[in-house]
Amino acid sequence: MLSELTKEKIKRLKNLFPHRKSAILPTLHEVINDLGYTNPEIFKEIAKLLDLSPLEVSETASFYTYFPKQGTGKYLIQVCTNLSCSLLGADSLVKYLEDKLKIKVGETTSDGKFSLITVECLGSCGTAPVMQINQDYYENLTREKIDKILNDLQ
Amino acid sequence: MIYNNNMEKILFKNIDFPEQYRIDNYIKNGGYQALPKALKQYKPDELVDMVKKSGLRGRGGAGFPTGVKWGFVPREIKKPKYLACNADEGEPGTFKDRAIIENDPHQLLEGIIIASYAIGAHLSFIYIRGEFAFGAKRLNQAIKEAYDKGYLGKDILGSGYDLDLIVYRGGGAYICGEETSLMNSIEGHRGFTRLKPPFPTTAGIYGCPTVINNVETLSNISHIVLNGADWFASIGTSTSPGPKIFSVSGHVNKPGNYELPMGTLLKEIIYEHAGGIRDGKKLKAVIPGGISTPILTPDKINAKMDFDSICDVGSMLGSGAVIVMDETTCMVKAAKRMMEFFTHESCGKCTPCREGTYWLSAIMKRISQGKGEEGDLELLEDICDNIREKTLCPLGDGAIVPILSTLQNFRDEYIQHIKNKRCPLEK
Repeated sequence: MLSELTKEKIKRLKNLFPHRKSAILPTLHEVINDLGYTNPEIFKEIAKLLDLSPLEVSETASFYTYFPKQGTGKYLIQVCTNLSCSLLGADSLVKYLEDKLKIKVGETTSDGKFSLITVECLGSCGTAPVMQINQDYYENLTREKIDKILNDLQ
Repeated sequence: MIYNNNMEKILFKNIDFPEQYRIDNYIKNGGYQALPKALKQYKPDELVDMVKKSGLRGRGGAGFPTGVKWGFVPREIKKPKYLACNADEGEPGTFKDRAIIENDPHQLLEGIIIASYAIGAHLSFIYIRGEFAFGAKRLNQAIKEAYDKGYLGKDILGSGYDLDLIVYRGGGAYICGEETSLMNSIEGHRGFTRLKPPFPTTAGIYGCPTVINNVETLSNISHIVLNGADWFASIGTSTSPGPKIFSVSGHVNKPGNYELPMGTLLKEIIYEHAGGIRDGKKLKAVIPGGISTPILTPDKINAKMDFDSICDVGSMLGSGAVIVMDETTCMVKAAKRMMEFFTHESCGKCTPCREGTYWLSAIMKRISQGKGEEGDLELLEDICDNIREKTLCPLGDGAIVPILSTLQNFRDEYIQHIKNKRCPLEK
């Protein structure tokens, strides 16, 4: 269920654009901020608020990787493994994170604290290797840096 | 043509100024002087002509003349017109737009407002990739400041011109940087590409005339208005004027963004500005404009980096994202990684791209694992041939570039992987 605050935000988004369908993506961002995932029940709620059909919402949502069907751990670690990051050792950092967290890419630690995924270029190639945790970028990564970053996250 | 290597920085002049993102600092450093000049001294058509005369070409990758694009917008039509700033920076290797957005957002906003006035738009969008959450926040703060100062909203600076500006966040899809997908995404659809024609300037967002310009392109506008078209045309080369931000990454000593005149030698970018190859290693290959542009071998780095010169040596300027690879790089592995990217990002609308990229990745995987089979290289080329020019958007044509250009330049390395069933670079 969406919070009342999120519902209010969605109602405001409905009339922001010349066509209300444009509100779908901004709405989904609000939903992810609120709940961290989407599902068919949520699509129904959104559709009602935006005066669209649930199908219109799910058809759009399912195209984008940013609106997952399942929630993740408290911290979603997204390691870029595209070319520039790979050239500077991203693959070995992924392996390091897997060993450190005792999970594989795509999994979540048993305490629900960390999820680990690999992602495509984050647009920070000049400071490779790079990862994004939730919405924050961490650049020029080394193993030591990763240790410190994860330690500091509570 | 003037080629001034000691060009004073233009787009990056204040990029390191503390809190340049705040409107007061932007104004203190000479910002928002072009906007009143544009609104008070020029008619929209005169601005279009000025940008045409400057020779500015699109910095997103295609290099289309910006003023010509603006001129395509029908003047008399009753429909609304829109401007969309393409901030979906996603071409691997590229990180220039993010630098402008996060550090000097008002330079971009000023360009957007002038461009919107020139094409007659009263609502404009900044389509920013979902990952740039911080950038989106910065832009929204900057937009709020601009409204408060009267640079956005109703009757801007008493000119009678109205403009609203909305930041629209994408959802993690590379394809939405392609202009027709970007428009579909803003309309709330899946990010599928559209058939062209009609071109966006005829039927774009909501079926209305739309101009789509890259962040770096629009950031040049205020400087052109302030200093004139002739000044701009005097920088760089005759067919690619102006400054260009080159994003350098990979095996160099000093990776980063370098603002240089168009036409700077690739060699100079790598060895002088980016400090040369790390650990004294030798250069093996370089991608000059993001991974959709063909790989070049070291004998080609004497080429000038502008839209036309770099084509003469068989590549493209693209977004100006220079990715440098030293002698330790396995080109099969590099090509495989690039291929996987395109497979992941193919939107799935056109069959040759959707199916072809899947098979190219599968074959590259087995070759890189030492499980390649005889005939695989011919098979790769055959699949590439079945994608080439058979898709609606340029993603398909870009997707075959890493494989074809590495096959052309490093075919032996592929053959060794297949013959010896292992990577020749692994000890």
